[in-house]
Amino acid sequence: MRKSLAVRIANFVIGWSAAIVFFFPIFWMALTAFKTEPAAIATPPKLLFSPTMINMRAVLDSADYLHFFQNSLIISCAATLLAIILGTPAAYAMAFFPGGRTKDVLVWMLSTKMMPAVGVLVPIYLIFRDAGLLDTHVGLIAIYTLMNLPIVVWLIYTFFKDIPKDLIEAARMDGARPLSQFFFLLLPLTAPGFASTGLLSVIFIWNEAFWSINLTVTNATPLTAFIASFSSPQGLFWAKLSAASLLAIAPIMLLGWLTQKQLVRGLTFGAVK
Amino acid sequence: MVSLKLRDLRKSFGGFEVVKGVSFEVSEGEFVVFVGPSGCGKSTLLRMIAGLEEITAGELLLDGARVNDVAPDRRGLAMVFQSYALYPHMTVEQNMGFALRLAGVGKSERRRKVEQAARILQIENLLNRKPANLSGGQRQRVAIGRAIVRNPKVFLFDEPLSNLDAALRVQMRMELAALHRELKGTMIYVTHDQVEAMTMADRIVVLREGLVEQIGSPLSLYNEPVNLFVAGFIGSPKMNFLPAGLLSRDGGRVELSLSPDVRLTIDDVAETGSAQALTLGVRPDMIHVADHGPLRGQVLLVERLGNETLIHVDAGIGSEPVTVSHQGQYAVSAGEAVGLSIDTRRIHLFSPSGRRVARGLQPTQV
Ligand SMILES: Nc1ncnc2c1ncn2[C@@H]1O[C@H](COP(=O)(O)OP(=O)(O)OP(=O)(O)O)[C@@H](O)[C@H]1O
Ligand SMILES: [Mg+2]
Repeated sequence: MRKSLAVRIANFVIGWSAAIVFFFPIFWMALTAFKTEPAAIATPPKLLFSPTMINMRAVLDSADYLHFFQNSLIISCAATLLAIILGTPAAYAMAFFPGGRTKDVLVWMLSTKMMPAVGVLVPIYLIFRDAGLLDTHVGLIAIYTLMNLPIVVWLIYTFFKDIPKDLIEAARMDGARPLSQFFFLLLPLTAPGFASTGLLSVIFIWNEAFWSINLTVTNATPLTAFIASFSSPQGLFWAKLSAASLLAIAPIMLLGWLTQKQLVRGLTFGAVK
Repeated sequence: MVSLKLRDLRKSFGGFEVVKGVSFEVSEGEFVVFVGPSGCGKSTLLRMIAGLEEITAGELLLDGARVNDVAPDRRGLAMVFQSYALYPHMTVEQNMGFALRLAGVGKSERRRKVEQAARILQIENLLNRKPANLSGGQRQRVAIGRAIVRNPKVFLFDEPLSNLDAALRVQMRMELAALHRELKGTMIYVTHDQVEAMTMADRIVVLREGLVEQIGSPLSLYNEPVNLFVAGFIGSPKMNFLPAGLLSRDGGRVELSLSPDVRLTIDDVAETGSAQALTLGVRPDMIHVADHGPLRGQVLLVERLGNETLIHVDAGIGSEPVTVSHQGQYAVSAGEAVGLSIDTRRIHLFSPSGRRVARGLQPTQV
């Protein structure tokens, strides 16, 4: 289907405007990361400057970047894996053996995402304190698993829905129990779906700041909490903060860049193939 | 030896009963076809036998053992789906060998069985292809092959030919019939195409709204339909139904009037009840165009099939035009006035409730 020229120009303008608006802060942060502190807060802002690695080095030296990076990696991967393991059977049941209330259950699950997290901060904090989960990997993994479970179930459900029911029934006739159906049929057929679900979940967790800041101190602190520590009582060091942020988002940006296709598929719930 | 027995099987979906108590037996090696209009519960019944649909009430016996609660694969049945349901990421060989693989059959044994089935279906050269690279007819063969490989107690088919074009359908129909002779397997086949039913079945089960209307061999259904529904469903073109008033009865002999000046006398009528308004059923090939015929009407439409000419005539009786089937090619055109005569030896008579109360002579076989 060919669109008219006017529509294409409009799409172009709107698309690029949105992209620039969204990308500009990141672009500016990347620039600032390579400025000296005085240059970072100069007015009017400088676009041309001699780049320096001072901030990068300072961040990498002063704080144990790798420690936080490792925490982010462990927590996001473990929670994602757990959410997928827990969510897949639910999605399987709802996609292939729906009941009268399946749709309602799905909507209800998603609706829990609408509640502001701060609403349950106090009870969660108390539970974590009493259970000794504060500042532990296990604690964060648990909270992030639960945080992403609704989205993971939704995504996998939509990918499963694309598989004809007949295939599952043929497999049942052939003697495949649910686990065999999963490994021989569903996983191979929805591997891209699982990949995008996993990626999305990892990214959400990687970017999550609220729970990580409130539930960790140092031991299990991921990168988001690490960045926050740069806006300290001693003052706001814009250039260092930018350098730290850049280092924190770099891995996930790279991952996102490399897997754009799967991500878009996941974000649109499989509507874009 | 009875291979499959259905005892008052029922199925409800959320309080709505779609299979309302079906009982019959399928003997070993038999080819049984379920026919009926769309939505009558054919697929549901087949899926209950397969184990894909839970049985709400009644009993399903396989070789004498109750299998209501036995998992589909443990029943030892194989199903061929309308959509073929081939696993898209597996090759033909993997598709056909999947059940064996799950059952832990060794690789070489698996290969041997797959090749044997592939040879029967002449798809040996396709074994390494993926389903996406097969034509509709080839996919169909693979789906059947997948069933054969398992050597099932009963083959279940749910409208397996409905996605094929007409020519291929005729060919596959013959091949399935040949396959049945070769494998001597018990087969249950669902279709809403009565031609498929007539050509392949040993026995046909006619279903309507979740109930069995009649069970019998194709010709017994054709010759002796128990009611209006079966009479109208079996046979193509459809049987003509003409309203007939009962004028007099003398023992088994009744006199009917089709219109004020058309009267028929029929012998051997069983029980018509007290009703005066009966229905006369006449197959299109038992009505002839004849100038002197008792019925007169105007030709509405002529369908020339080459070997047969279908003439639709408005005879002023009933609401539907009368269909006449004439062997070969017949020179008549729409708008012409024609006379029609009915071969009264070959008619059916139905009571107001739809039950057949009389029929004419059996066609003689030559
Ligand atoms: N899972 C289901 N939930 C609710 N109703 C169902 C379900 N499956 C089938 N039905 C209903 O049961 C009735 C029988 O359906 P079935 O598929 O057995 O018909 P069929 O004879 O195979 O028709 P067709 O020739 O169109 O395939 C239909 O009215 C259908 O709407
Ligand atoms: Mg059906």
